[in-house]
Amino acid sequence: MDGRGDSGGGMTTLSEMPALLRGEEFTGLGRGVDEREARLQLRRQIARLEAELASVFGDAFGHTEVPHRVAPAAAAPRVLDLGQLEAIRDSLADRIAEARRALVEREQVEADNRELLCQMLIAPQDFKWVRISRTDVGEPGCGAWHSRPRLGPIGMLMGWWRVKVSSGCPLSGRLAAVERTETRKAGLHP
Amino acid sequence: MSAGAASQRMGWDPAPRQGWVAPHIASEFPGLGVAWIEVDARPGKSPEPVRQRLRDLSDRTYGSQAIRLRERPIPWAYRVFFRQIGLDPDRTRTPIEQLTLDRLHDGGFISKGLPADALNIAIVETGVALRAFDADSVLGSLCIRDSAPGEGLGGEAAEMAQGTLTIADEIKPIGLLFGPTAEGYGVTRASRRIAVAAIQVKGVPQIAVEEALWMAGATLEAA
Repeated sequence: MDGRGDSGGGMTTLSEMPALLRGEEFTGLGRGVDEREARLQLRRQIARLEAELASVFGDAFGHTEVPHRVAPAAAAPRVLDLGQLEAIRDSLADRIAEARRALVEREQVEADNRELLCQMLIAPQDFKWVRISRTDVGEPGCGAWHSRPRLGPIGMLMGWWRVKVSSGCPLSGRLAAVERTETRKAGLHP
Repeated sequence: MSAGAASQRMGWDPAPRQGWVAPHIASEFPGLGVAWIEVDARPGKSPEPVRQRLRDLSDRTYGSQAIRLRERPIPWAYRVFFRQIGLDPDRTRTPIEQLTLDRLHDGGFISKGLPADALNIAIVETGVALRAFDADSVLGSLCIRDSAPGEGLGGEAAEMAQGTLTIADEIKPIGLLFGPTAEGYGVTRASRRIAVAAIQVKGVPQIAVEEALWMAGATLEAA
């Protein structure tokens, strides 16, 4: 397609090419006069990138912290020019790339930890005192797998190792009891 | 039932009035709009049913929803618009995100009296950005336009940068778009008539705007 008959201003026709090569005649072609369509296009790109960034942010939350901040282009709301919109579009694209990279790296770490956990469950004695939390393997909650000796020092001497699974998040009642005990120890209450 | 009959029965006109957007702004931001209703209401402490509704809303709002909020269509539309007008939605929060964060921070939606509670209920339920003005101070129709050279917010001496997007009445800007309200146009204890305005952006359906305004108006009237 040679772009002839394109009245939208989006494509340069072949007949205009020689003129474009001569800088002094550039303005006569009407290029760059109406930037509105370009701004609308950039706004559409920003909308799509924002959706992508929101999705990556949601996927990463609870696993790892991903970069998602883009500096504001203006102190007060205003119609941004082409350069500012391009800067926001580029920053969003950069953030998405960085966030995806961080997410992939984190997924790799979690996969490695899951593999380590499998090996630890098979042979706890080979992973003495190793503790893997649920967060380390990308699971929600507060639990952990801990390779410990059975019967304390006796188990250590005999080589009786096992993986102990913690009971998860402390209940709110128990946390309140801890707070009360600590307050009493501090002598704030009789 | 006609709109007039409904208005007579309810004491306010539930059909929102549509403001205008400056043509060059509208051509840049298709879908941008402002609509508002006026309600006879006295600012003050919220009655128990309103506070109960805030508590119910608090029980229905979780942290996980806050994380995924930006992926829902209406909050996402406001985030996009914030980016497009140069604001960072993670610094200058959209109304729905700010309320959700406050809910998580405070452990519940704290009652701030009327009309704030009425607006907050409608914002949380619909996601639409609302704000309130003293209707007796607003002259004529509301609009969204950019500031003229030398213009200040509410006619104040402090000039705004030219091209700042504002909500204005027929005379002067009465508030920044998604920013502070000009002195003398906010709702005070002396206000007797409240204008509730909804800012619509591309991606926010008209029905959501109407529902938000109706909800805020009905809550204010019932109080």
